[in-house]
Amino acid sequence: MTVTTAPAPTGTERLPLAKAINAGLRRALATDDRVMLMGEDIGRLGGVFRVTDGLQAEFGTQRVVDSPLAESGILGTAIGLAMAGYRPVVEIQFDGFVFPAFDQITTQLAKLRYRSKGLLEVPVVIRIPYGGNIGAIEHHSESPEALFAHTAGLRIVTPATSADAYAMIQQSIASPDPVIFLEPKSRYWDKGEVDLSGSGVDLGPDGWRSLHHARIVRPGADLTIAAYGPTVATALAAAQVAQQEGHDVEVVDLRSISPIDVDTLVESVERTTRLVVAHEAPMFFGPGAEIAAAVTERCFHHLEAPVLRVGGFHTPYPAAAVETEYLPSLDRILDAVDRALAY
Amino acid sequence: MSRTETPVAPTASTELTWPDPCETAGTVRLVAPDGTRLAQEALELSGHGLYAAASARVTPQELRAMYRDMALTRAFDREATSLQRQGELGLWPECRGQEAAQIGSAHALRERDHVFPSYREHGVAHVRGLPLHELLHLFRGTQHGGWDPTAHGFHLYTLVIGSHTLHATGYAMGVQRDGDVGTGTDRDRAVVAYFGDGATAQGDVNEALVFAATTNAPVVFFCQNNQWAISAPTTVQTTVPLVERGTGFGVPSVRVDGNDVLAVRAVTEAALERARAGGGPTFIEAVTYRMGAHTTSDDPTRYRERAEEEAWARRDPIERLAALLRAEGHADADFFAAVEADAAELTAGVRAYCRALTPPPASSMFEHVYADRHPLVEQESAWFQRYEAGFAAGDADADRAVAAR
Repeated sequence: MTVTTAPAPTGTERLPLAKAINAGLRRALATDDRVMLMGEDIGRLGGVFRVTDGLQAEFGTQRVVDSPLAESGILGTAIGLAMAGYRPVVEIQFDGFVFPAFDQITTQLAKLRYRSKGLLEVPVVIRIPYGGNIGAIEHHSESPEALFAHTAGLRIVTPATSADAYAMIQQSIASPDPVIFLEPKSRYWDKGEVDLSGSGVDLGPDGWRSLHHARIVRPGADLTIAAYGPTVATALAAAQVAQQEGHDVEVVDLRSISPIDVDTLVESVERTTRLVVAHEAPMFFGPGAEIAAAVTERCFHHLEAPVLRVGGFHTPYPAAAVETEYLPSLDRILDAVDRALAY
Repeated sequence: MSRTETPVAPTASTELTWPDPCETAGTVRLVAPDGTRLAQEALELSGHGLYAAASARVTPQELRAMYRDMALTRAFDREATSLQRQGELGLWPECRGQEAAQIGSAHALRERDHVFPSYREHGVAHVRGLPLHELLHLFRGTQHGGWDPTAHGFHLYTLVIGSHTLHATGYAMGVQRDGDVGTGTDRDRAVVAYFGDGATAQGDVNEALVFAATTNAPVVFFCQNNQWAISAPTTVQTTVPLVERGTGFGVPSVRVDGNDVLAVRAVTEAALERARAGGGPTFIEAVTYRMGAHTTSDDPTRYRERAEEEAWARRDPIERLAALLRAEGHADADFFAAVEADAAELTAGVRAYCRALTPPPASSMFEHVYADRHPLVEQESAWFQRYEAGFAAGDADADRAVAAR
């Protein structure tokens, strides 16, 4: 079924990442009336980050639903709605608040297709503003992607740019699998060009499936930095500085954490022979460890240096006053680049 | 027992009078444990006259059908328990003693209604038309499910306690959005979530009540209070009667004698009709008793008294309906013999089916993880196939080596 509530926007606009997600959600709501948004304060307030701003006014309280303050309830009812044929897109207000819903996500949502041998479809999208660097208090700056990536049945993606945010949210909603859509909240206000005439869903070489493809955002010859979400911009900045120091650094935006596009990384590392992985999540058992292992298995004879990781420490996310020391900053990434190049 | 009293197991096992919780005022009971219907006047006085009137309309044919369903469920349940004891099943959660709660409530359902069971609702599955042997896939370990949840409006069993009450509520919210409530036609439908007394302590059940109440979802919360959550009595889960859990959330609640199939049927029918009409959720506490173990892996003699089990055995739901059928002349010896023969046939079929259930190919573990391609699963699946093929090649090499000797 299709409804049209407003003419689809056309042309290219320069939008902050948060507004790009808003535009993607608007388009998904307008295209398919099975799509509905659920979450705390997403209606009249437009969400604490205003990502859903104006959508309730446009689509009504039945399509953009202010949920009770109960994360497991939001996820559990979204699963039931998905089984009833709807496509719920739920917002978890902050990363640290997803854990009350952890059981529903990992023991139920991730496994229903498997348990039913494909008879049940649960296309739930879980939007989570994640990561730090906004000076927030505790439980508001975490990067829980590895906890979800470890669970089969979930897709975990994260855009780094406005264009990707617009496309990938629509691709996630169109996906028949449950998708955890991590929104880099420190980049919500970064602007980028967005082609609003595309639905997003038909972007990429093979439709929405391109959701899992990594992208080389800066080609280089000496070393590859793999990053995703909020760290891509930091990696690009590091590459620029390295350029001034005479090193040609390639930057790969992973875009997807489950699955990881290992092929693109292997192709890159076979050329550059060195890899640094940067992410905000703790390094221990983190995505960087998985990437290091996967790339080393396939590129052992091409590597001139061990795969190095830059990320969070094995501490709870620290108080905001010291968070810049915890995060994979420009300097810490450059330090890893130097160490890799020194082998 | 008062709220503040600490529950203490009786020391004298000779004590044979165990309190009947269904004698509490407000609990709907239409048929006494001896199989006689309670007087209409008394029921009118207690406010249960409408339930009695509804149950009076239940035809002898349906009474016999309910008896048959209860008897077949018990026979199947006993057979599955035996199969577990013989090593044919990994685990079995018995439902013996709870047949009236399950069959009575299931008989109130319509085809378009949707059930979200916990993992003990074998009787409900049977009434929904699910061939009972299909339940065994899960417990024999050949699948995580075993049946098509859409075919009979009967969801897969859910092992994480209470999780599915939220799925039921969400599904009911979908039914409501589809406009399948309050039309006054056959289009109207409702959703039922079955769970136990232990589940009421879970956050998810409480959140489900919040969502159902605030959205007015057409869902019936059917709590089978079977007195024990594995080894913990209901007093460990709550200090108030469980039925009060519903009202606190704004969900109308009713307590029913769960061993009285007519009362359960009447109460559930009223709740379902209310939900289908757009009246919103209802919480039902069906007070019953799990006669067996929680599952075949526990031992009730460690945690409960023989006297309690004996007292509940005297309130047996199947015996109660049989007595009613005999007293009212709706069934004769031939009927009971025929049911017994059907039960024997069912269990023989179940036994044969169970033993014939073989493991699926190991490669099937990689199927249905995702709807669309996931490179990691594809990679691991391909690796596994090569690994298995390597064994086959290795076997061939070994055979050749033996032959060459």
